[in-house]
Amino acid sequence: MSLVREDFREIIRLVAPGSRVLDVGCGEGELLEMLTREKQIDGQGLEISSAGVSACLARGLAVVQGDGDRDLDQFPSDAFDYAILSKTLQQMRDPRHVLSELLRIADQAVVSVPNFGHWRVRWALLARGRMPETKALPDPWWATANIHLCTLHDFIALCDDLDVRIEACAALSEGQPARPINPKHPVENWRAETALFLLSRKTSIRV
Amino acid sequence: MTKSVPAFPEVETKGGIWRFPADQPLRLDSGAEFAPLEMAYQTYGVLNESRSNAILVCHALTGDQHMASTHPVTGKPGWWNRVVGPGLPLDPDRYFIICANVLGGCMGSSGPASINPQTGEVYGLSFPMITIGDMARAQAMLIGALGIDTLFAVIGASMGGMQVLQWAADFPERIFSAVCIGAAPRHSAQNIAFHEVGRQAIMADPDWRGGAYVQAGVRPEKGLAVARMAAHITYLSETALQRKFGRELQSDGLSWGFNADFQVESYLRHQGASFVDRFDANSYLYITRALDYFDLASEHEGVLAKAFQLARDVRFCVLSFSSDWLYATSESRDIVRALNAAGCRASFAEIQTDKGHDAIFLEEPALDSALRGFMASAAERRGLK
Repeated sequence: MSLVREDFREIIRLVAPGSRVLDVGCGEGELLEMLTREKQIDGQGLEISSAGVSACLARGLAVVQGDGDRDLDQFPSDAFDYAILSKTLQQMRDPRHVLSELLRIADQAVVSVPNFGHWRVRWALLARGRMPETKALPDPWWATANIHLCTLHDFIALCDDLDVRIEACAALSEGQPARPINPKHPVENWRAETALFLLSRKTSIRV
Repeated sequence: MTKSVPAFPEVETKGGIWRFPADQPLRLDSGAEFAPLEMAYQTYGVLNESRSNAILVCHALTGDQHMASTHPVTGKPGWWNRVVGPGLPLDPDRYFIICANVLGGCMGSSGPASINPQTGEVYGLSFPMITIGDMARAQAMLIGALGIDTLFAVIGASMGGMQVLQWAADFPERIFSAVCIGAAPRHSAQNIAFHEVGRQAIMADPDWRGGAYVQAGVRPEKGLAVARMAAHITYLSETALQRKFGRELQSDGLSWGFNADFQVESYLRHQGASFVDRFDANSYLYITRALDYFDLASEHEGVLAKAFQLARDVRFCVLSFSSDWLYATSESRDIVRALNAAGCRASFAEIQTDKGHDAIFLEEPALDSALRGFMASAAERRGLK
C-alpha cells in the first residue's frame, strides 16, 4: 500500500523532468521533495504557515513564506514551467485571480479541486438536507477551510472564461490510482470525487 | 573549585589585520578614495583546496570580527558562537568562515579611531564619510587578498544583512549563496530618527570635543552610553521588555529620586556603560550615518528588483523575526518580492518569536534550523563535503 497521496503520484507523473516548479501551498514540502528526487526539478514553494516553511527549509527546499491569495503577483511572468495548486483553490479568496496568476507565472498549471457535483455530495443535500461530509470534504461546514467550492462543470466553465486549455484531467479517489477522465462528460460530474487538471494558456493569437 | 563549562566550546581562530598598500585605495561611494585601507578579520576553519568553502559573515552595527572567539576587550564569548562551531549551522569543520571588522569600525579596521599615517594623528572627523556599499567593497578587497574568488556564502544580520544585499547587487558573480537576516533594503524615517537621537547624544557630550576627543585625552562616554541605551530599546520587543523587567524595582520601595529605581533603567544603564568600554563614539557616528544613507533601490532607478537583476544564480535566504520592529518582517518581504521579481531563487521565513530584533543573537531554534537547512542544501549544490 502506498502512503503517498494519490494526487502527488499523479502530479509527479505529469511533471516533466528537470523543469522549474512552483508549489503553491507546499506545506512541509513533501511533494517538492519527491519531485526533486524523482524528477530532478528546480523547485520553489510558497507556504503560509511558519511550521511548514521551517520544515521546508530544514529539508533544504527553496520556500517563501507567503499567501497564495496575495503573494503570487511578486513572481515574474513565465518564471516556471509548472505551478502546482493541490486541493487549495477552493480555499482561496479569489480563485479566478489565482488561476489566472498561476498561468501567468508558469506555462502550465496543475490544479486539483474537490468536485461538489459528486453524487455523495448531491445525496447529502437532497436526502438529508445537510451540508455534505465526504472523504474529499471531510470537515463540518463550520470548520471547513473551503469557501469557494465548485463542481467539475463549474471549473470547466471558469477555464473557458479565462481562456485556459485543459490538457489533461484525472479523477482522484482516496486509496485508488488516478483515473484519466474526460471532465466534460456528464457522468464524471457525478462520479469524480476530486479532479486533477493539467492546464495551459490557449496560445492562439487572435488577429 | 569547579570549572564552569561554556555552553559552546571555544572555536579555534586565526586572524590579523590586512594592510593594503597605499596604491590600492578603496574607492568610496562619495567619490573619494581612501588609503591605506586596513581590514581586521578573524577566520574559523580551513580553506579547502578548490577555495570553494569560504563564508563571509558580516556583523551588525556594534558587532565585530570576534564572532565565535573570546572578545579581546570584554573577555566575553563571541557574539554568534551559538551558530558557529562544530556541529552548528556554520561548521568550521566544513567551511572556512571569515568575519571582518567593518570599515569605519573600531576593532582594527580603518575607522575614525585609526591613526592617519600621513599625519600621525587619529583620523577623527577627517575620516571620509562611508556607506554600506563601501563596507562591502572593502570586504571584497579583503576576500580577494585572501585568495578567494567566489564566496560559498555571504551571511549577515541587521546591518550585516544590508551588506549581504549590497554584495548581491555589486558582486553577484562572487557569491554562491546569500543569507540576509533581520535586515531592510533601506533605512526608514523611524530608523533614521532613532539614530539621530543617538548621534545628538554623542555630539551633545562636552567630551566629544567636536570629534577630537582622542587628542584631548577624553571620551564622550555619557553621550555614547545614552546613544546605546536609546538604540537598545529598538532591539527589544515590548513583550520581551515587559517579560524581562515589567515594573520590577531594583530594591524595596521607590527612592523618590532619579536613581535607577526600575530594573529596566538599571539594565539600560548597564548596557550603556559596558558599551563605551568597547566602542568608539566617532565610529558610532560614522556607521549609523552609513546605515541612514542606505537605500539599495535608489542606486537602481528606485526599483529594488533591479539591484538583484544580475544575481539570478545566487541562492538567497531571507529571514525575519515576527516581533522585530526595528527592521520589520514587511521590510524583509520587500526584499523577497524584489528577489522574486528579479527572477532570483529565494527562500523566506518569518521566525515566530517575541524577542524582537535581538533574536538574532539569542536562543532561537527556528533560526538555527532554517539556517542549517539552507546551508546544507546550498553546500550540497556547491558540491561541498
